[in-house]
Amino acid sequence: MSRAGWLRLLLSFGAIGLLEAACRMGYVSREAVIPPSMMVQGTWRALNSAETRTDLWLTLQNVALALVLSLIVGMSAALLLHKLPRLRRALDPLLASYYAVPTFVFYPLFIVLFGLNRWPLVAIGFLFAVVAVIINTLDGLSRIPASFVRTASVMRLTRAQYLWHVVFPAAAPWLFTGAKFAVAYSFIGVIAGEFVVSGAGVGHAIAFAYNSFDNRMMYGLILLLFVLVGGINTALSMWESRLYARRGGR
Amino acid sequence: MSDEHLRLAGVTRVYPAVEDQSPVHALGPLDLSLRRGEFFSVVGPSGCGKSTLLDVVAGLARPSAGTISFEGKPVDGVVPDGIGVVFQEDASFPWLTAYDNAAFALRRAGVAEGEVREHVERTLTFMGLWSFAQAYPAQLSGGMRQRLCIARTLVTRPRLLLLDEPFGALDQQTRLLMGDELLKLWRDTAATILLITHSLDEAALLSDRIGVMSARPGVFIDMVETGWPRERDSRIVSGAAFGEVTGRLWSALRDQSLKALAMAS
Repeated sequence: MSRAGWLRLLLSFGAIGLLEAACRMGYVSREAVIPPSMMVQGTWRALNSAETRTDLWLTLQNVALALVLSLIVGMSAALLLHKLPRLRRALDPLLASYYAVPTFVFYPLFIVLFGLNRWPLVAIGFLFAVVAVIINTLDGLSRIPASFVRTASVMRLTRAQYLWHVVFPAAAPWLFTGAKFAVAYSFIGVIAGEFVVSGAGVGHAIAFAYNSFDNRMMYGLILLLFVLVGGINTALSMWESRLYARRGGR
Repeated sequence: MSDEHLRLAGVTRVYPAVEDQSPVHALGPLDLSLRRGEFFSVVGPSGCGKSTLLDVVAGLARPSAGTISFEGKPVDGVVPDGIGVVFQEDASFPWLTAYDNAAFALRRAGVAEGEVREHVERTLTFMGLWSFAQAYPAQLSGGMRQRLCIARTLVTRPRLLLLDEPFGALDQQTRLLMGDELLKLWRDTAATILLITHSLDEAALLSDRIGVMSARPGVFIDMVETGWPRERDSRIVSGAAFGEVTGRLWSALRDQSLKALAMAS
């Protein structure tokens, strides 16, 4: 591990140790924050509960659906906008200010449209993630060197060959960034939706624990999510770094 | 079989007006005939339309007027079979190894893997890159990457090779050595070569014939026959005849270069 990695680990464990000590010595009220060791116990308890495992599975399915949809729709929309520069110029301000819109206000509309099932939550997760995918894919498409495009013409590639063998690999670093954002935003959209309005899922379980003053379960579930999302993003970052290393940053 | 490999007749390229700017007459009218197996170079001041000429010959752009024929068939905005192009910029794909870069066009054309391997091995060996076959472009030097781009083009066995300042980013010594390699591959493949360059020395060293272009809109103002034997290499730069060729090129170009500078400013 690099020196920066060791330092990061040391700082993380130092902060956790400080919080543990502050909670144990009564400097922080346990009604507000519980010691990290108790959070771990809460996570263990949550993982051993069949009900929580069902909630987790439901949440992961919703996140996966929102993620896959946002990647497919986002990349397709970006390809279309890249081909239609006038439309892109018209939509640029909307894309740039998109995250100022509180997406949750559409939840009642989605319930009317899709019914009381998973799809309103998937739609919220999708809406959160899709624009990050569009913006990053557009960025990647704009940065494909003109010489690659000309090379593809000289080799007389078909449209599909050009997309699959030149465009996607050339834009891969930006597509990766978009995918990483999409993972985070899908989780945020789905969990927050479950937290506020749903009757199932990890977000709902956190809200239920909060309303029941079950801090150990609440923090345990938050820690579980933290580890899960952090793990997925770390794995994606490591994969990305390996790709970048052999491409020499290109 | 006709000796004429490529023919341009009255080729003109005008870039249409964009927003509040006037149309740009970049090239022509221009006539040219290349013999099969000839090494022809084009020199000219910056912005005279050299690269535009290459684009229309390659079929990457349509001429606004005039006709181009390659092996007797018209070229009109589609790259014909048998033409290979090497660009000035490094166009090697960074996500592929040198081997996969060289194999790229053959695989896309559906050539059997055994045949791909045979062609790629021969071409990479010829270009001195076989021992780097599994290296990624980022692990190669600038000169090696440009050789890889040439190899990727050669592997398709082009009968007409278009080179757009392929050594532009390299240092002088490497350029001379790359010039020797280019002459060797020209002799071995018997391809016709059209080289676009801003280097008078490079044009004088490599070519059978050199077309000197005027400032924009580019037309040929002189054609210089070098008279070099087919078996030649970079040692000819030390001969008196080499100085005479570059001197004649510069005489033709000096006024045009001044004109191009004045237009740019």
